[in-house]
Amino acid sequence: MAFFVREALRSLRRNAVPSFAALATVLVTMLVLGVFIPVVQATTGAANEIRRKVVLNVYMKRDATAADLARVRARIEGTAHVKKIQFVSKAQAYREQRKRFGDALELLGSSNPLPDAFRVTPDHPDAIVGIGNALAPAAVAGGRTPVDPAIDEVRQRRPETTKILIATRVVKLTAGGLALLLIAASTLLIANTIRLSLFARRREVEVMKLVGATDWFIRWPFVLEGVILGAVGGVLAILLLAVAKIALIDPVADNFALIAAPSTINFGLLIAVLIAASVAISAMGSGISLRRFLRV
Amino acid sequence: MAATEREIRPRGAAVRPHGDAAPAPLAGPVVEFRGVGKAYDGGDVGLDAATFSVRRGEFVFLVGPTGSGKSTIIRLLIKELEPTAGTIRVAGRNLAEIDHKRVPYYRRNVGVVFQDFKLLPNRTVYDNVAYALQVTGAGRREIRARVPDILRLTGLSTKLHNYPDQLSGGEQQRVSVARAFVNHPPLLLADEPTGNLDPATSIGIMQLLYRINRTGTTVLVATHDNAMVDRMRRRVIELSGGRIVRDEATGLYERGEESTGEFAARLRREGGLPGEPLG
Repeated sequence: MAFFVREALRSLRRNAVPSFAALATVLVTMLVLGVFIPVVQATTGAANEIRRKVVLNVYMKRDATAADLARVRARIEGTAHVKKIQFVSKAQAYREQRKRFGDALELLGSSNPLPDAFRVTPDHPDAIVGIGNALAPAAVAGGRTPVDPAIDEVRQRRPETTKILIATRVVKLTAGGLALLLIAASTLLIANTIRLSLFARRREVEVMKLVGATDWFIRWPFVLEGVILGAVGGVLAILLLAVAKIALIDPVADNFALIAAPSTINFGLLIAVLIAASVAISAMGSGISLRRFLRV
Repeated sequence: MAATEREIRPRGAAVRPHGDAAPAPLAGPVVEFRGVGKAYDGGDVGLDAATFSVRRGEFVFLVGPTGSGKSTIIRLLIKELEPTAGTIRVAGRNLAEIDHKRVPYYRRNVGVVFQDFKLLPNRTVYDNVAYALQVTGAGRREIRARVPDILRLTGLSTKLHNYPDQLSGGEQQRVSVARAFVNHPPLLLADEPTGNLDPATSIGIMQLLYRINRTGTTVLVATHDNAMVDRMRRRVIELSGGRIVRDEATGLYERGEESTGEFAARLRREGGLPGEPLG
């Protein structure tokens, strides 16, 4: 084993230029991946944040009694996929509106036209339509009939809700697709660079075979070379990322909700993923690319 | 791995070749071609029904013009090519029976010298020779003991740490011979070993091969260097168009007093010669 390591180091030293090219390729792709992964995560995190704000409003009739309220509440609680119910009383609703529209409400005089309401949060954004249907099934004559006579209207702000759901899903899928493409591209790029540097040395491989070296005897130093290249490239990329994170992102992170999105990958995990990826891709790239030249 | 080496290497009466019902006699041929043919994919004939055998310790020249099949014989012997007809036996072992995985172990018992040296450009003289030992799994101590010896034998002790591109052609070929012989293979093949060298240097290389032959190693040299063949007066197998046209125990490059032109004329008259050895 020590022999193979020495061989790998020797050929790295003697083939400095192709090795450097491969190293740079690994470095750059890992850098891009390292930036891209958190960005994708932050984006999907932000999208999830928006989806979480999707709620269903159940407006009570103006003359609903406390008993009605309790009954409806129980009814809502009994519906599947309901995560949270928040009661908004007439007075609370009035205060909220007043905050939003200010003195314009004064025109209404002292009367409060707003009804009591329940704000229902689903356990999953996509379930909201189901909850709406459960609380107010579509009537035969068209329109909707609430399940309880005390309910005036169940409103899910349907157009906005669907729009949000579709938009966030598109964002997630695009980000995921881009990440996959990027990983595929970097794999090909690294494998190709290694292949080129091997191609320059195919005569060497041929000679080794003629002297009676077994395939694995020839292959091990190349694979180790790939591992070393991958590890060095990965470590350099991570160092650069760490510097960027500490110098640029951390100071402003508190001011931006997006970057501080709770679901962003933690840095330790990112390091592990990047190192593992670069080492594995480089080693496999060397090992597999060599196959062609071993047929002597 | 070690077992195979022992099987192939005909080192004594106790060792007998593997894969043969009857033990090959000690005096049995090291190389035996029986009706061997090689047709290349393009339809070119590399070798046509070649039959000959080489005894242990012989020094044999394969001569003939370019394309006559000399290199084909060498490449068949290191199993770089597979014959399309006939059988090749080395030390009694049928080469066709050696599967792909065992080829490296077989090759360690055959030293090969090429016209273009085929040295590893990234290694010093010492490391080039050491590599042939490293592939066999030899330890550092053994390498340190044997490599300087063989380099002294080949007259390269002052160039140990030079890289191949810092050496002259003759010196590079000496390194290549040293690498081929460092394992002390029972069979040494040389494909145009002096093809790239001037006559004076060529003599040195040939003397080196001759000395190796004197240690008991069977040596097979493909060449078109007629001066060398005439000077050495060893066995000559002449090829033409993939056929063996002459096999003489102590031959000259050309048959008798015949000129090349006369020989060609006779060939045409006789309509080709049988593939049987004539000598």
